[in-house]
Formats: sequence, structure tokens, C-alpha cells
Amino acid sequence: MTSHQAHGSHGATPAAQDPVFVGETRTKLEELFARYPTKQACLLPALWMVQEVRGWISETDIGEVAEALDLTPAYVKGVVTFYTMYHTHPVGRHFIQVCTTSPCNICGAEDVVKALLAATGCVELGATSPDDRFTVIEVECLGACGFPTPIMVDDDFIEDVTPDKVAGILQRFP
Amino acid sequence: MADELVNVTIDGMPVSVPKGTPIIEAAKQAGVLVPHYCYHPSLPSPAVCRMCLVEVEKAPKLMPACVTSVVEGQVVHVNSASAKKAREGVLELLLINHPLDCPICDQAGECELQDYVFQEGRAGTRYAEYAKRYSPVEDFGPDILYVPNRCILCTRCVRFMEDVADAPVLNVSERGDRAYIGISEEQKLDHAWSGNVVDLCPVGSLLSKDFLHKARAWDLDKTASVCPGCTQGCNVSIDTRDDVVIRIRPRPNLEVNRHFMCDYGRANYRWMNRGDRIEAPLVRDGARHTATDWDTALARFEQVLRGASGSAVILATGRASTESLGLVRRLVDRFEVAAAVQVPLGEEAPLSGVPNLALRRERAPNLAGAELLGYTPQWAAAMRQALSAAVVIVLDADLDQADEAALAAAPGMVVLLGTVIADALRNVELVLPVTTMAEENGTYVNRDHRIQRYQQAKSQPGMARPAWWIAGEVLAGPGPSADAPSTAAEAFELLGERWPVFAGLGHGDIGYTGRVLRTGSAPVPGRAEGAAR
Amino acid sequence: MGFPHPSHSKETVVLSRYFGDAGARTYDGWVERGGYEALKRALAMTRDAIVEEVKASGLRGRGGAGFPTGLKWSFMPKDVVKPHYLVCNADESEPGTFKDREIMRWTPHALIEGCAIAAYAIGAERCYLYIRGEFTEPWKVMSAAVEQAYAMGALGADALGSGKRVDIVLHRGAGAYICGEETAMMNSIEGKRGNPRIKPPFPAVAGLFGMPTTINNVETLSAVPHILNRGAAWYKALCLGNPKSTGTKLISICGHIQRPGNYEVTMGTPVKEILYDMAGGPKPGRTFKAIIPGGSSVPIMTREEAEAALFDYEGIVEQGSMLGSAGMIVMDDTTDMVYQIWRLARFYAHESCAQCTQCREGTAWTTRILERILTGRGKQDDFQLLLDLCDNMTGKTICVLSDSCAAPVVSGIQKFRSEFEAYIAGAREPAMAVV
Repeated sequence: MTSHQAHGSHGATPAAQDPVFVGETRTKLEELFARYPTKQACLLPALWMVQEVRGWISETDIGEVAEALDLTPAYVKGVVTFYTMYHTHPVGRHFIQVCTTSPCNICGAEDVVKALLAATGCVELGATSPDDRFTVIEVECLGACGFPTPIMVDDDFIEDVTPDKVAGILQRFP
Repeated sequence: MADELVNVTIDGMPVSVPKGTPIIEAAKQAGVLVPHYCYHPSLPSPAVCRMCLVEVEKAPKLMPACVTSVVEGQVVHVNSASAKKAREGVLELLLINHPLDCPICDQAGECELQDYVFQEGRAGTRYAEYAKRYSPVEDFGPDILYVPNRCILCTRCVRFMEDVADAPVLNVSERGDRAYIGISEEQKLDHAWSGNVVDLCPVGSLLSKDFLHKARAWDLDKTASVCPGCTQGCNVSIDTRDDVVIRIRPRPNLEVNRHFMCDYGRANYRWMNRGDRIEAPLVRDGARHTATDWDTALARFEQVLRGASGSAVILATGRASTESLGLVRRLVDRFEVAAAVQVPLGEEAPLSGVPNLALRRERAPNLAGAELLGYTPQWAAAMRQALSAAVVIVLDADLDQADEAALAAAPGMVVLLGTVIADALRNVELVLPVTTMAEENGTYVNRDHRIQRYQQAKSQPGMARPAWWIAGEVLAGPGPSADAPSTAAEAFELLGERWPVFAGLGHGDIGYTGRVLRTGSAPVPGRAEGAAR
Repeated sequence: MGFPHPSHSKETVVLSRYFGDAGARTYDGWVERGGYEALKRALAMTRDAIVEEVKASGLRGRGGAGFPTGLKWSFMPKDVVKPHYLVCNADESEPGTFKDREIMRWTPHALIEGCAIAAYAIGAERCYLYIRGEFTEPWKVMSAAVEQAYAMGALGADALGSGKRVDIVLHRGAGAYICGEETAMMNSIEGKRGNPRIKPPFPAVAGLFGMPTTINNVETLSAVPHILNRGAAWYKALCLGNPKSTGTKLISICGHIQRPGNYEVTMGTPVKEILYDMAGGPKPGRTFKAIIPGGSSVPIMTREEAEAALFDYEGIVEQGSMLGSAGMIVMDDTTDMVYQIWRLARFYAHESCAQCTQCREGTAWTTRILERILTGRGKQDDFQLLLDLCDNMTGKTICVLSDSCAAPVVSGIQKFRSEFEAYIAGAREPAMAVV
């Protein structure tokens, strides 16, 4: 039950925060309601909005989403923990996902992981670097097997990464 | 509407079942239990445990019996080699992370994992990779603990809260073999019906704190009973060990409570174990009571009734049986009578997924029965009349201090048929020890006029007797008499003479799921007969 | 074409013609290249006529199952008394497969057109296009294209002036392989955990939001405009001998190969031509050892089996595997098969939704047994154990994820047993340290 423990070293969220779904974000959410026959169906898009604003999805955020969509917090939490792209604990400023599934694995993905860990200063997969800049995780098939090794840095999808390119790539993400 | 019947053969046994019946239910008709975990007749079936896979002739692969409907001419093998191997495989997989802590697990003895592994599992595990997964016990709510290590992810609890209670406070969190039953930190499992998840859990993963480490399942004696908590009349089992009530659990009755009962009813048993009981008849001798034998006490009761005239008042507990209420009422037939039954009120708490099932406001199991017997819930009026009545019979009512004081000062003769005695009533004329519903056989009539039997779950203390026995003896007159009822069934038969609604009916006709009385009046809206699906 | 490489003469370039051509991404650019003609044509046809045309083309689902597309559409109830839905499956997550990604990146309007035609043909109120969360670039391209298509009147209340309504909504996944399974995808769109559902009911009866639903893969839908433009007979003729497999197929080739990429071939092309001629064969000095032809969920083929196969649904089956999503993972003689099979098992263990016992526990256990073998602590009994475990995981669950985990393990033991033996006998250095 590792999801219970926030193991990121990122600063804790302030206790009192403005809600996510106000102003423009609220309007965006309400526009979504028209596209689906149920409010519940807006759950994945709503969680994406929260993550965009907060960087991760806290218990408080889960409560807010639940309220906005007439769901219970437990229900929302069950969904959040199903999908691996939602962060249930704080992560570094830049979140790096490295594909290491077989097609990339046979083309040297594990060396890319090692290079990334070394270059970012993250002690292990899932940990955040001491300067809060990076979190590196392994990810299952990114769907770009012809371009090994693909990595994602935040929303940037980068193909053909090899250990020697790592330093140059990281420079783009201060 | 006549259901279309379908003929199928299950493990060689031909059966005819209504079209649409799942194989697992058809198999029950054939006397074959298909082992299962996630399936439950009162929950939607997700077919996830894959334990109920059976071989269906002509099907390309094993079929889950819980969601596969019967088809005319179908031949099903529950115990074929391939089905058994599949089940053995599921059991082995369920055990790879399941602790072998049966010796300290409350579920042991009534655990479906234990039972099926014993029945058809492998003798040993082949899991040699790592230590078992370990996660700490979690507090889910006021009465519920979650032991994730034992969980087999059947999701019955999640589905109960979501689909039956309409309060989805449980979830499946994470995925793969990291999955567990989760709960939000903000919303605990404190729903009025949440205790059912403990019963539904096929293993010892969800535990009742109240029952925690109190008893081993095999040491419990289970008695078919009816919940005395409210007018719903949920069927229950009173589980005792060494004559002490340890827990109350629901007993299935598809017409009344399906497989469920509320937490109020579940917790409402401590009074059954009270130690400060009246154990012998007490007669007033001047300023004090003297313990005596039943012959003396009954003679005194008869004297009291014979010597009085005018009005009589009965103040009865709402937990009194139909038999007791009826015969006690007959005792005072020659008086002008005010008979009241005590009905504490509480909040209504429906179980939204089951029509016509709720913890009712009226917290008296036999209110409807009492009304049929001429009692009313007008307690305050009856109390006022008691202050001028010639005879007042208190039938185990739960009196508050004001009532006690008033009765203590009442001019008429006060006879207490009780289980306990309050200090204020230490000078009443006669005190006769009676049994609680847990200590006698009897019947209750629920709000839909369904009469249901309950059985004696523990022995009565000392000389306590059911109130119907006392009334029956007094009605039959002094000395040994064949007319006096010696069983609750005999007492019940005496009711029909006076109240036609019970005429021609015996305990044997009621059975163990009850029978709806023909009361002549239209059922109250929302109380349609058998409305619970 | 073999994007990112130039087109090879043995390819039949239909869907991939504009891969790499940024001009094709815009609405105007697409129209210039003959786009939206098919949609215009379709909106003037009856629904039945479109379904019949697609049936006649022999087009089969390109997502993996190979179910005839026209037939699938014909299962939808004819009278639209309640909403119908089309779902386009763009959750491409099958290891080794990356063709739908290129369709979306380069020819978004081809997909929009395909979605619009299909939505109209099955009477769908709306099409939900489910794109996996990791596909940020395809998401951006598709979002822009859909917005443009609305702005230009190709979508919306009066699609291309036909008076008919066609709507497409993009829905973003959030990291779950299993959502590529059609019923799991429906749950995911509904805002639930991506758990596969029990069938029946089938989606055409009770699918998305409980309504009649058809789910098609990106590549399938992208082929539809071509069929309407050039006729079913043309498409059906794209076939090298086996009339059950028609049209062109995008193949994603990756792993130990000279020119990884997407190649488009006529059904029935020999696998050998694909591997050696189009993709350039093995890297210098190496030879192929194993090929997984249809994404990681199908049995592993030896080099000999693969090279003997014809590339179509039946041809691959004849050589003991399946076409699947046509994501071809090529492994050469440097590959540690045990390690890669372990890595695949780990993938499935990670992605199991946790519903069925055999999958939830079985995929994880399989992974651990393989891990133990890789640490040098394997036993001879492990073969029997793995095969028995895989038997328990095959054909017993709601969806085929656990079957998919078992397939490479079973075929791997059958075909590369000596590599397992080497770890067990201590003849090979452990690939992993004991933790």
C-alpha cells in the first residue's frame, strides 16, 4: 500500500488552498458536462485538470472532484489509483517517464534509465532529486517502439534517447 | 405469471428451473454447491473470483456459473476434472499471499477459503518466491476493521456499499496484485447498514470490532430468531456461547430482509445478557417482598384479579411475544381495559437497494401484533389511566423514573411481570419473573402483518417463565390443569378463539420465513405483501 | 511507407502515404490531397449501403482480433430509439505497436473522416475518440484537427452541408494498458476504473453508457474513407491469395532490426520480405533469433517459423502465432530470451486490472518465478510449475490479459528451453542479483 505514503520530497501542499474548479477551470469543466451523458464520465478529464493545476492529486483535491461530479471521495480515489499517470503524491518539477518494456529493453532502455538517474541525482526510481527538479520512473510501453528509447519529460515526448543524449535533453528542463 | 421452465442436467441430476436462472442457482436445486466467492444472491455478479467455473458441454471453455444462464438441454459438470483443476488453481493463487493465521482469525470455522481449500485445494503450496505480502490492519469504521492480508478481492463489500447501500465509501484501489480495498480518509464506513460487509466477506478480512476475538465460530450455537429492534422483523440468528449471546447476524429471508440487517439491530443484544435478573416470584409481605414458589405466586395473582373490579391497564414492552400479549390481555377481559405497548421512536434508516427494507422509526418488533390484539401505542394515555385503575399489569415495560414514581403511588394493585425490577417498584403487590425473547419461543407480527417465529436461544434465569405461561396458568385456574398451555405453540392456538385473525393458524403453519396474516384491512401503501423483491 | 524511412518498392502505400508530410495535417492540406470526398459521398448514401460496402471490402479489425468490420457495424440496432455510440480505440499500448500513433500524428483528418463515416453508418449520436494519456503529441494534433473540422463544417450539426449531425469528442486516457480492451475502454470513458466487462451483453447491445456501441481501431477507421473512395472491389483485390485477409496492413517493426518503423503491405506478403527487404534485416554480424509478430500478447515465433510465414491473419496462425496488432518485435541472437520473457510478464503483472484471480495473482507469480530463475535459483520443477500456472491463466478470465501473459511464457519455454536450462543449471551467470 505504498500509495498511502507520499514518498516525494517535494514541499507539502499548503493546508488551505483555493479550489481548482473556479473561474476558467470551472467553465472548462462545465463545458465538458455537455459532451457526456453523465457527470461521472467527466472524471478522467477533471482529474487531468487538477493535475495540471496542482502537479499531483491530493486527498483534498479528490474531495473537490468528488463534490463537483456528485461522486464519493472513495470512488474517485479508486479511479485515481487505477491509472498510473495520476500522481497521488508530489513529484519533481519535471516528471520523466522512461519506457523499459521489451522492445525498448532489448535496445538498451535500462542504460537510459541508469543515465537519467545519474544525471538527475535521483537516488532511485520514483524518488525526487534533492533539488526537487526531477522525478524519474520506469513506464510500461510508451507506444513508440520503433524509436527506442522514448521518454516523456512532462508532456514532451522525446524519441531515440540514448545515454549520451541524456545530459543535453535535461538541459532543456531547468 | 408462470415462469417458463428450462430443463438442465447438473452433475447428472436433471432439474427444471425458470428461464434466466444462473447455473449456480440451478445447481443448488440439483443439490450441488458450486464453490464461489464473489457471487452473492443479493448482489450483482461481477464474475471476478473465477471460482465458479464449470464445464458446460459444447461450450469451448469453462463458464462462470454465476453469470451464465441456463439453456434448455444444457449439461453441466461442476465436478469434472477440468473444472476441479481450475478451482484448485484459483485456490492456490488466492493462498499465495494469504496468511496462515487461521488460529487467530475470527472467520476460521466459517471461512469459505478455509472450507474450499480443505475440500478441494492442493495439499501444499508451490509458491516459493518471496515472503507473503504484508499490509497493516486498517480501521474502516466504528465497528469494522480491514485486514488486507486476508483479502481475496472478491469485492462483495464494495458492491454492497455501492449497489445496495447506495453509499460507495469503499473502493478497489491500485491494480494488479497491489490492489486492496480502499476507503477515503474523510468518509468512514459508518452507514446504518455497514455491518453487512462483515457477513458478506467470505474470509476474515472484514471484521466486527464487537466480535473481535470473542469466540470461535465452532463454539457458537445458532438460533433462528427475529430481530427485536424494530417493526421490520428482520430474520436473524442469535449466536450464543455457554448461554451468553455473542452476536446477532442476519438470517436470509428474501421477503423481509434478503440477507441483511442493520447495525442497530446487530448491536442490540446486550440486554439479553443482563445479570441482574429477577429469578423468583416475589410477593409483598407487608413492607417487603418475599420470594416464593409459582403455585403461591399464581394463586396470589388470581386473587388480585378476582378481588378487583372496574378498570385495568396493561403496560407492555414492544418486545413481548404475540402469545404473551394475547394471553395477558385475556386475563383482564372482564375489566374495562386500556392496553398500551411501548414503542420507542428513532430515525428511519432505509437500505436503498432493497425495496421495503429499513430500520424503522418504531423500535418495537411486535407493534403490529399488539395492535391486532387490542393494544395501542398510546403510552401516555395508558399511564394516566393507570393512576386510577383497579389493576395495573406491567409486562416488562421499560419505565422511566416518572412512570415508576407514578406507579409506585398508584392506588390500584400493581403486578409486575418483569425481567428486572426498579427500586421505585419495590413495594408493588406482585413481581413475577418473565423471560426475554431470547429465552423463549414465540412469534412477532411485523409491519406488513407477516407473522414470524423465533426460537429460544438461551436458558431462562432461575424460575423465570414466559408471560404467556403465567397468564395461561391463571386463566386455567388453580391446581394442575390440562387447559393451561405448556408450549408457545399451545399458547398461540388459544389466541384464535378470541381474535379471528389468528384462528386456524398454528406455529407449524408459519414456518421459518413467516406468513402474512389476512387482516382484512388493505396493506399500508409501501407495505405491499412480499414487496421485498 | 516505412516511416521514418522512405517508402520501399514492395510496400503498398495507402494509409501511410502522407506520413511525414506536415502539409497533410491541416484541413486545407487534407482537402487538397483528396480528403473529405469520402465523407461527402458517405453522407449522401444510406446507412445500409455504407455497411454493405465495408462488408464487401473484407476489411477486418486492425486492433488485434480481426473481426469483420462491416459485420460488426451490422450488429447495431437499426432503429435509433436510444443513443448509439461509436468509440474509436486510439489507446495503442500493445508493446511493439506504434502505427496508430503515426496515423494520428500525420493524417488526423483521415481518422476524423473514418470516424465520421462510421458514426453516420451506425447511427451514432457521438463518436468518442479515446487516446492513451501518454500520446501527448497525437492528442495535440487530433485536438487541433477536430477543432478545425468543426470550424470548417465537416463535423457538427450540418456535416459538410448534408444536414446530418456528426460529433466527435476526444477523451484522454491516463495510463492503463487494459483500457485498450473494448469493454474496459467503455468503463474508462464512463469515469470508472478500466475493468473489462463480462460479455454478454456485447457492446452492440449494451455498451457505452449502456447503449448500443461499436468500437473500432484507428487503423480500421482510417481505411474506411479509402474503401468508399475507391470501392470495395479495389480493397478486396489487395490480397495475395487468401481472400479472408484483404487490404493493406500497417506493420510496426521494432527491436533488433536495421530500419525499425511502420511498413504498409498488402495482406499475404511473406514475412521474410518484410523483415529483410523492407526493414533491412538484422544488424551487421547478427542473426534473428525470435520474432513476436502481433504485439507482445501472441506466442513467440522462432526465426524459422517467422520466415516461413505469410503476413495475414491466417498465415501467421499457420506458423503457430497470431497477427494481433501487427507490432513485430524482432530479437536477434544477442537477446536473453528468459530476461525478455520476464520483462513481458512484468508488463502484464503491472497492467492487470486486479479483477480476476488468475490474472491478478498469476501474472505476478509468473513474474516472480522468472525472476527467481534469473537470479540463478531456478529449479527443474519450475518448467512444470510455469506451464501449469499458465494453463490456469489461459481461457479462464474475463478478458485475455492473463492469456497474453501466458502466451510468451509457454511459447518461450517450448522454443527456447535451453536458455532457461542454462540459468537453472548455473551454466549462465545470473542476470539479476538476489534481493
